[in-house]
Amino acid sequence: MLSKPDEQGKYGIYGGKFAPEVLMSALEELEEAFNSFSHDKSFKEELELLLRTYAGRPTSLYFAKNLSEAFGARIYLKREDLVHGGAHKLNNTLGQCLLAKHMGKRRIIAETGAGQHGVATAMAAAVLELECEVYMGTEDVERQKLNVFRMKLLGARVNPVDSGSKTLKDAINESMRDWVTNVENTYYLIGSVVGPHPYPLMVREFQRVIGKETKEQILNAEGRLPDTIIACVGGGSNAMGIFYDFLEDDEVELIGVEAAGKGLESGEHGASICAGTKGVLHGMYSKLLQDRHGQIKQSYSFAPGLDYPGVGPELAYLAESGRVKMVSATDEETLSAFEILSMSEGIIPALESAHAIHYAIEEAKRKAKERRNHLIVVNLSGRGDKDIFLVEKVLGDKCNVH
Amino acid sequence: MRIEEKFKELKERKEKALIGFVTAGYPSAEDTKEIANALIKGGIDILELGLPFSDPIADGVTIQRASESSLRAGMNPDLYFEVAARIKGAEKVCLTYYNLVLQRGLEEFVKDCESAGIKGLIVPDLPVEESKPLLKICEGYETDLIFLVAPTTTEPRMAKILDAASGFIYVVSLLGVTGAREKLSDSIRPHIRRIKEMELSMDRPVPLAVGFGISKPEHVRAVCEVADGAIVGSAFIKIIEEGLRSEDDMLRKIEEFARSLKKETKGA
Repeated sequence: MLSKPDEQGKYGIYGGKFAPEVLMSALEELEEAFNSFSHDKSFKEELELLLRTYAGRPTSLYFAKNLSEAFGARIYLKREDLVHGGAHKLNNTLGQCLLAKHMGKRRIIAETGAGQHGVATAMAAAVLELECEVYMGTEDVERQKLNVFRMKLLGARVNPVDSGSKTLKDAINESMRDWVTNVENTYYLIGSVVGPHPYPLMVREFQRVIGKETKEQILNAEGRLPDTIIACVGGGSNAMGIFYDFLEDDEVELIGVEAAGKGLESGEHGASICAGTKGVLHGMYSKLLQDRHGQIKQSYSFAPGLDYPGVGPELAYLAESGRVKMVSATDEETLSAFEILSMSEGIIPALESAHAIHYAIEEAKRKAKERRNHLIVVNLSGRGDKDIFLVEKVLGDKCNVH
Repeated sequence: MRIEEKFKELKERKEKALIGFVTAGYPSAEDTKEIANALIKGGIDILELGLPFSDPIADGVTIQRASESSLRAGMNPDLYFEVAARIKGAEKVCLTYYNLVLQRGLEEFVKDCESAGIKGLIVPDLPVEESKPLLKICEGYETDLIFLVAPTTTEPRMAKILDAASGFIYVVSLLGVTGAREKLSDSIRPHIRRIKEMELSMDRPVPLAVGFGISKPEHVRAVCEVADGAIVGSAFIKIIEEGLRSEDDMLRKIEEFARSLKKETKGA
């Protein structure tokens, strides 16, 4: 099954455009621009060149031999951690900045939680000579000083957001307010497959390159499609990116791993699909973390990129239809996977991606009992340099460092 | 009285409507009734009572802060309808975000509005394309679904909005969020003219009330020269905010400010 939004930007009941009236014509304009440029040959060539020569694509599909031997399946890692900037985020920001440039919008605004999307936006804006402002909750500014500094070095202005929970969702609110005010000259660059239509569609299209490359690479390496593809899910952009080109391959099981934080039953998590309910936030109808009145709850995960109380509508739709299986991993489980991958393969994964690694290990152990040569691809969506201080704090003396 | 009748009545008296907004539950549910009474004594014609949402993307910092404070103090939809029902003396409309309507259930929400005497419902994150389910339910009750028209609204969209509109049209005066501003936007006159022309061509004479950034008597005067009403919100919230910090008689200030605004709607 391929999912395509209808005219209203809906995937089944999910998605749509629940935006203030001031933005509606801008969303229409954006949709038109995206539709025309994404079919334009020179636009595509320009983007392809940037992805290849600037971002470092294609990223490799690495056979994790040690991990595979340890757990009894054939595990491949799609190395999005090798993309310039250290995560898959740049695939999207290059695409959207190029689109903004073609639309004649010189000012880019973006929201960021951990700062990865902010950094990727600042990079794309710098290389394409656009002005860039990034909204970031004051709580995150404090937690992610390094990325704040990186953004500033890259020429972006970082606007701290002190309202609400002072984290990602509030940074999105504030970006929308900026966009409402400066809609005529400003391009709002959303970092995940969330928000009002056409953002979920657009971001997925710019991230699809992950799945396209993976398909070709795994066929070359193994002569067949993988049995299972696993990706972590916050908003869902790296998951949609790797899943999309496999949606019609029914034999490939697609698994999204949400942040269970301190455990789903603790109420402190970021698992909008596994434990959320339907509602409207940030311009989309999707699965959310909310109370019975509809007030949005604060999400929690030690992986800042998964710390969001909503999820992309297309993913909510694919999960409901059963095509994508959604599971979750706690902080604790994730931390152990983080250590395992670091030690066995010499790759320090982002805490976000380590959620997917955890589930891959579990899946490998289960399948090993069935004595099958189970083939797993994990989207290693980012590298973990940004997380080492946090991990050091959590692990403390327990850290097995000699 | 339905909202459009209210506008008609005012017109007969050669007045325009003064619409006053406050966030319910700010600073507390008990205070809201007193504040509403002060507004009504000061002469507002329609009370726009905000039901706060955790993520109010169309609001500026003043109303955001009031919303957060109100939610912390325990405001919720059950309490909101209780408070709203107790306020008498002006027509009432509810402003809230779509998720709160959805979670209560569309029909339940509108029914509760009607029971509390709320004659209109404004949902700033519900554009006309997504409004059909709620619109259909409102039609069965004495509650109008009130739409917004922005300076960026294209003609085809405006036609769709006018077609669905009742009560009044909430004319967004500027590109931006709610909040008091020093100057009135220059584009209001051409913006209103554009809407009126469309109303004429469609034969849909829905009253026009202008909001966002209206915070002074002279703004109200200027707006009432071209439209059927003015909406003032953040300026009232600011008086409440200041009242919390000082010993001033906040209620008296609200009443006086409302009176100074209402004066400008007469004989226009």
